[in-house]
Amino acid sequence: MADDPVLNATAAAVPADALVETVPPEVSPLRAFWSAFSENRGAVLGLAVVVFITLLAIFAPVLALHSPIEQFREHVLLPPVWAGGEWAFPFGTDAVGRDVLSRLIYGARISLGIGLSVMLVSVAVGIVLGLAAAFLRGIVEVVVMRVMDLVVAIPSLVLAILVVAVLGPSLTNTIVAVTVVYLPRYVRLVRAAAMAELSKEYVVAAQVAGVGRLRLMFVTVLPNCLAPLIVQAALGISDAILEAAALGFLGLGAQPPTPEWGAMLADSREFIRSAPWIVTLPGLAILVTVVAINLMGDGLRDALDPKLRRS
Amino acid sequence: MFRFFLRRVALTLPTFVALMFVTFVAVRLVPGDPIEARTGERGIAPERLAMLRHDLGLDQPVWQQFLHYANGILHGDFGVSIVTKTPILHEFAILFPATLELAFCGLIFAIVLGIPAGVIAAVKRGSIFDHSVMTVALAGYSMPIFWWGLLLIMFMSEYLGLTPVSGRMDLINYYFEPVTGFMLIDSLLSDQEGAFGAAVAHLILPSIVLGTIPLAVIARMTRSSMLEVLSEDYVRTARAKGLSPLRVVGLHALRNALIPVVTVIGLQTGTLLAGAVLTETIFAWPGVGKWLIESISRRDYPALQGGIMLISGIVILVNLIVDLLYVAINPRIRHGG
Repeated sequence: MADDPVLNATAAAVPADALVETVPPEVSPLRAFWSAFSENRGAVLGLAVVVFITLLAIFAPVLALHSPIEQFREHVLLPPVWAGGEWAFPFGTDAVGRDVLSRLIYGARISLGIGLSVMLVSVAVGIVLGLAAAFLRGIVEVVVMRVMDLVVAIPSLVLAILVVAVLGPSLTNTIVAVTVVYLPRYVRLVRAAAMAELSKEYVVAAQVAGVGRLRLMFVTVLPNCLAPLIVQAALGISDAILEAAALGFLGLGAQPPTPEWGAMLADSREFIRSAPWIVTLPGLAILVTVVAINLMGDGLRDALDPKLRRS
Repeated sequence: MFRFFLRRVALTLPTFVALMFVTFVAVRLVPGDPIEARTGERGIAPERLAMLRHDLGLDQPVWQQFLHYANGILHGDFGVSIVTKTPILHEFAILFPATLELAFCGLIFAIVLGIPAGVIAAVKRGSIFDHSVMTVALAGYSMPIFWWGLLLIMFMSEYLGLTPVSGRMDLINYYFEPVTGFMLIDSLLSDQEGAFGAAVAHLILPSIVLGTIPLAVIARMTRSSMLEVLSEDYVRTARAKGLSPLRVVGLHALRNALIPVVTVIGLQTGTLLAGAVLTETIFAWPGVGKWLIESISRRDYPALQGGIMLISGIVILVNLIVDLLYVAINPRIRHGG
């Protein structure tokens, strides 16, 4: 490089301080990301709503007016305040006199908790299996990828139902079931991204330098596969929330009296005519949460992974 | 091309075997002995228990049981329901037309609305229409369809009184023997006045609910595929030749834009069958989805096992056919075969 005549000539001709000015100012990756992300107004709105719901979930014990499972038997099926209810129960009460607003706020804990747990577990397992398939090849790759093909072949909800039927309905088993359903996405993604990186020069260089296999997998290659993984993980949270709510609705997820949004909807079915608010509000909570996360995920994708940018 | 077909079919076989294995193992993992579950709490004499276990093949080694199970499936024997004592394939065959009819109408709803919406959104990119379509698609894609179903029942059936709340047919006014199992066809064949209208009315809300997510997916896919095609040189050439915009969009662009859309439509089978579980539960639609959920609450594990095997088998087959068709209609893709 030092013998390059052109380069040396340029360096000699241009004064040192002028050279410094032509280099653009250093932008921190975080700032660069934010400027790309905030271009998308929908994504910022989504982020704001997600932050709001997360705060609700964290501070549920402070914000909720009542316990989510306390039954006020003298206030059964009370309408919301805008329909002539009482301020003590702003969103009304359900069939056994529980405060709907408090249940919705605590429900945010459960739904976000499920979404995050599923995402974290499936990303962790997905990274391990995906990297193993990409690096070890051979029988490991064949077995892992065939199993993932099978999981994908079974319709998501049907597979989740099978898992819950075997393990029994509960909140923990909902997380297990939904994790199983969404695992293949991460495994396939990590494997494909890692294989694309493997042929690049920096990986070959690291190998030549004698970097161990584990270090090569997790320290050299993995960070370069993270962008699509983060995008998929964000969108995966919303899918997990929907799937878990569907299981709750079918009576196969969270069990009463847990204030899970899907299970709340299932309880409300017989009151379609007499108490429409207990049908409308939990579903609206699910829809708003999922839309917000999807908006945020779309923004993340545009900012982090320009290749996937929607036209 | 033929070799690719063979290879793709051959790759499906291990998936089928694994599916048999998973359903086999899953049901054995369920806590509780199947015989005890049947005899209840009164208990049973040890000799009788041994006989029953022998009848069901439960005294054989597990690998023999699996071979027996796999052999049965290959011969169309998916086991017998514990509750109704009828073969599972028979129960499935009776209920499946209801699910198929619903899934078909849901898909038609999604295609008829989704493709034009996507095309117009792409042509009028950046317009209010485009933004509305994308917003509705986002909402549809994020929709908890079980809630959407309840909302529609609340508004359309209870408030406006336009559509029936549940079921496939108005059984008080009409009765006819099932011929094909498809209510739309059977009601026409029955020659009863108003029967077809009643069948259509029962299908409207469930089809909308089931078609909502595919609608969002199809609209988004059509839009982005169309945008890509519209920027191609040959479309510009067609415009430069002075062809009418309708001809350019409808004839030149749409035909190529539809290739990925057709694939996406084919891949909706899994979404439709999973959605059918929820839709059928909400609308008391007597199909395989509702039957599957009921078999869980009745602890009818053979039915659950056979049902999941059949539903997943259908999805695998349809995906295989879509894959093969995709290669057949798009010769640019050779998959290295």
